[in-house]
Amino acid sequence: MRRAMVLGLIIGLSLVALAFSGQRATAEDRSQVTINGAGASFPYPVYSRWAFDYQRLTGMKLNYQSIGSGGGIAQIKAKTVNFGASDAPMKPDELREAGLIQFPMIIGGVVPVINVKGIAPGQLRLTSSLLADIFLGRVTTWDHPAIKDTNPSLSLPKVAITVIHRADGSGTTWIFTNYLDKVSTEWHEKVGTGKAVDWPVGVGAKGNEGVAVNVQRINGGIGYVEYAYALQNKMTHALLQNRAGKFVAPTNGTFQAAAANADWEKAPGYYMVLTDQPGEQSWPITGASFILVHKEQPEKARAVAMLKFFDWCYRHGAKAAKDLHYVAIPEKVFTLVEKTWEKELSADGGTLWP
Amino acid sequence: MPRSRRQPKGDRVFKHVSAGCAVILLALIAGVFFELLHGSGQSLAKFGARFVVSRAWDPVTQEFGAASSIFGTVVSTAIAMVLAVPVSVVIAILLVELAHPIVSRVVGTGIELLAAIPSIIYGMWGLFVFAPFMATYVQPALGAKLGFLPLFQGPPMGIGMLTAGIILALMVLPFMCAAMRDSLAMVPAVVKESAYGMGSTTWEATRRVSLRYCISGMVGAVFLGLGRALGETMAVTFVIGNSHSISASLFAPGNSIASTLANEFAEASEPVYVSALMELGLLLFVLTFVFQAAARIWLRGVGLTERVEG
Repeated sequence: MRRAMVLGLIIGLSLVALAFSGQRATAEDRSQVTINGAGASFPYPVYSRWAFDYQRLTGMKLNYQSIGSGGGIAQIKAKTVNFGASDAPMKPDELREAGLIQFPMIIGGVVPVINVKGIAPGQLRLTSSLLADIFLGRVTTWDHPAIKDTNPSLSLPKVAITVIHRADGSGTTWIFTNYLDKVSTEWHEKVGTGKAVDWPVGVGAKGNEGVAVNVQRINGGIGYVEYAYALQNKMTHALLQNRAGKFVAPTNGTFQAAAANADWEKAPGYYMVLTDQPGEQSWPITGASFILVHKEQPEKARAVAMLKFFDWCYRHGAKAAKDLHYVAIPEKVFTLVEKTWEKELSADGGTLWP
Repeated sequence: MPRSRRQPKGDRVFKHVSAGCAVILLALIAGVFFELLHGSGQSLAKFGARFVVSRAWDPVTQEFGAASSIFGTVVSTAIAMVLAVPVSVVIAILLVELAHPIVSRVVGTGIELLAAIPSIIYGMWGLFVFAPFMATYVQPALGAKLGFLPLFQGPPMGIGMLTAGIILALMVLPFMCAAMRDSLAMVPAVVKESAYGMGSTTWEATRRVSLRYCISGMVGAVFLGLGRALGETMAVTFVIGNSHSISASLFAPGNSIASTLANEFAEASEPVYVSALMELGLLLFVLTFVFQAAARIWLRGVGLTERVEG
């Protein structure tokens, strides 16, 4: 009896071992490579979706840790990951110093959201100077003449404006403050651009979700969130006046217009911020999220696998990106990027791409 | 019973292992302290003593000061203490002196359960349930009645210093209450009965005898709550408003050291920024350490008296 049990146990265990070894063998056949990346949290949903789809096709595994842009830059500099990701582009000289190149991977938009009784989504129109004045604390009530002048048809209540901003450092804040920095001299002098800034007024909340919750809760609130959060939470967005003087709504189309009108060829190191771009249809607070890699790659096979993955994302990732309310990089731009790979990247003295 | 001179082997091994663990613990505390000190080096060098009094917090120009964070930490903790201490004392007296034993056990268990709720739950409850309640009922009422005081001016947003203080009070209350109940319960029956024998009322016996007898235990309990309130992070981050400003109004948003750390570490990439956050951590470490040490000393004092008299 006992001997039979022992025998059964041995057979069972060896079967399990066999099953596992078999599984491992097939996985090894398909790909030996795991790519490690770390950085920005804003593109995390789309990167993980792409990685999931790509792994099913090729077996390549991507570990992406969304630890924040700052962390991503630190990790790629320390060479603990294969690529870093950042919502704010690094300056060309910083890149040169660290031996890195960067390229845009995905585009998203930042949307001003409001909570004013009686105002429906897309009804309130804001000019760039009005938005800056609100966030500077100059315009403090919703029935302020400046808001009324821009919105003669709306009945605006006499309610105090509460500004809600991010309390944590974030790429979203970087894009938003970069826009205000460009359109308002006073903002440029007093506050500037940053992932975290010294806000003149307002309440801080943690994460996009924190800002969304607080705007929805505080009567008279105004904040800024990623487009996806505005959609998912059915928030009241405002229309913004772009550089061409047109009031535009945040949509995939207007983000795309901003990206398409940007002149990437004249941006060394792809140092390009998509805020306040020309074009009648351009959404003024659009931003790209960037990938950072070392020019000199230590392992050729791994580097090629990584570039193949990025190439696949550029060419086949647009639908997944759209489902998640991001905008893919236009073809014009990614052909440019792939030329940069060809020129700049190398391993063991040889080129990596194509 | 006399034992052999040499301890059994097992005992010796156990003694050494546990002594080793204790040493590791001390080494950890010292390690954390020196790591924080080392990390804040740049900030200490750049800002010096100005860091503690400066109200600046500008990541763009890399100008940092801890004044608003220290202010927020102290004010939110003070609000919590003002609210929680009297309530804990009253509940502890009720549980030990007045209530029926069954009631006492049920309420006592309830308080212990409150202490077991993770702080993030308090934070979420604070943001989604309590802050709207404050914004719709409490703050407008306070503003209408006491609005002439600078303390209660400004728009009722629901979040801010006052809300953070009240949430903190709710969080430290169970800890203080449990510690106070235990120290009240340790007042020897003989002492209380003597008071009643002299013809004291319950109120007199409690106020003049029991509370006096265990006063150091009560103070120790307050220090425990204080230490917890100083370092509380998540719940405060949710409701304090996270603004680097110092305002006379309790309705205004502020920040505490712990909430600033929780918010800003992940994306701080510039060395001075990280270093300034490290120095904030160091300040909190020192502050909490001082209060906890004070609490330990008080509690040890209580333990000694009990052993002598019991």
